[in-house]
Amino acid sequence: MAVSLKASRSSAGRRRMDVVFQVAALAVLVAALAGLGALIGDVWRDGAGRLSWTFLTTFPSRRAEQAGIYHAIVGSLYVIALTAAMALPIGVASAVYLEEYGGRSRTARFIELNIANLAAVPSIIYGLLGLGLFVRALGMGRSVMAGAGTLALLALPVVILSTREALRTVPSTIREGSYALGATKWQTIWHQVLPMALPGILTGLILSLSRAIGETAPLITIGALTYIPFAPDSVWSAFTVLPIQIFNWVSRPQVAFKENAAAGILVLLALLLTMNALAIVVRDRFQRKGRP
Amino acid sequence: MSSRRAERVIEGLLFLCALVSVGTTAGIILVLSAETVAFFREVPILDFLTGTEWTPLFATQRFGVLPLVLGTVVVSVIALLVAVPTGLVSAIYLSEYAPDRVRRVVKPVLEILAGVPTVVYGYFALTFVTPTLQAWLPGLAGFNALSPGLVMGLMILPLVSSLSEDAMRAVPRGLREGAYALGATRMQTSWQVVVPAAFSGITAAVILAASRAIGETMIVAIAAGQQPRFTANPFVPIETMTAYIVQVSLGDTPQGTLEYRTIFAVGMLLFLMTFALNLLSGWLRARFREEYS
Repeated sequence: MAVSLKASRSSAGRRRMDVVFQVAALAVLVAALAGLGALIGDVWRDGAGRLSWTFLTTFPSRRAEQAGIYHAIVGSLYVIALTAAMALPIGVASAVYLEEYGGRSRTARFIELNIANLAAVPSIIYGLLGLGLFVRALGMGRSVMAGAGTLALLALPVVILSTREALRTVPSTIREGSYALGATKWQTIWHQVLPMALPGILTGLILSLSRAIGETAPLITIGALTYIPFAPDSVWSAFTVLPIQIFNWVSRPQVAFKENAAAGILVLLALLLTMNALAIVVRDRFQRKGRP
Repeated sequence: MSSRRAERVIEGLLFLCALVSVGTTAGIILVLSAETVAFFREVPILDFLTGTEWTPLFATQRFGVLPLVLGTVVVSVIALLVAVPTGLVSAIYLSEYAPDRVRRVVKPVLEILAGVPTVVYGYFALTFVTPTLQAWLPGLAGFNALSPGLVMGLMILPLVSSLSEDAMRAVPRGLREGAYALGATRMQTSWQVVVPAAFSGITAAVILAASRAIGETMIVAIAAGQQPRFTANPFVPIETMTAYIVQVSLGDTPQGTLEYRTIFAVGMLLFLMTFALNLLSGWLRARFREEYS
């Protein structure tokens, strides 16, 4: 590669530019940080006053002051648990196939390319898929099941990618040792590889679920109703989730509902923080114990 | 030999699971095209692609998608104008300048920015950024393209930064050392050696960010308005493709009607646009990887 440096400035001038750039870069980072700070400050100022035990444990209401968020919390937890139950086995199985069996075959490469593309498809498109597939074609209606199915498909690419990363960190000597003792391929994977990769797999799962729990657009598209005065009691009931309830409150002109939305956001952020803290704890245990 | 057979069965099951992702892509294409084809039986495709009036929910229906496309493009361009320069500067800083201590603080903070749910960004744009901007720009409407665009820029900044940083870190040390040996400062090395060498990787990052901006939904659904206008003016209410899909989904549009099918036709266009960008980005990344391995 031919490189010609423009050396128009004096050496001192060039050094000064170097400092100027560093200051500019730090200014950019501080500005981004300030944006985050303004966001959290704004939400806290608007919503902290509405946060109370009653807010967390009552149902929605047409009167902003009496409205609670209980149904949406239960709905979110219901949907996310079911999403995990679907995305984890399918995601891990796909990753094991691609990492341990598929090798460099053409089919495996095609599946890989496909997963990489799916990871970048806008989430609202998954909503249209859920609407056409789960709600209409499979006749699930606007149920928890249809919502969780949609989110599971959305989370799948991330679960697969992070599981493959986790499988790659298992040293090949473990596999070879297991084969040397006469274990079959699947016995090796099930008894040696997966247990060692488990913390990494779980970290990836939790992070992808914390993405899914904040997703709004795909669930609006499948028609998760925004006014639901009850909590779901089975996988076939109608439901709403925290982000949809927040969206519903944001879209109303009255200030009191905006305050509810801000309080709902605080609840959602607290939930996300908990999930991320959990992921960090799992990752830390992995780093201390996992290495032989 | 039953254990060998069991091994084969397990491999088959794993393969079937891996096929779920292929099925997802196939499902997206099937669902979108089925309704889109039905839509184009009633609306000429040329009217859809070239019309500048979008009023499917009014009495006199017009199905020109360009106002939605233009709205999407205006918001995305604003977002990229924010995210690309700042993301690039932050990537150069993190890859070429920052001591490890700074990196360890900055990277998690950027990850937090990327992890905030988009509905929260929407709230921020509507209740904080728009009123703040209105103090400076009296002509700014309560719903507009500018404020969601700026907030979206903040949201995709981490994506641009981390992917560009990865590309720059992949540039071999030898190139940098060569530049230093010629007496270049860090800034000259960064801008005149590292950035050009990582150019295809950086471009891939920017294209992926564009694809993310086009598909982003909640920020614009909350803060940009619901008025499909054929205008590039960022101060007035507009509607994006994604926000239109949300608007129809919130209402009670019966299945099988033309209004219902519009969201799939718009969805198809959105899917094709992002798909093309994603492919381009993937191709550039693959080319970049080849250069340095």
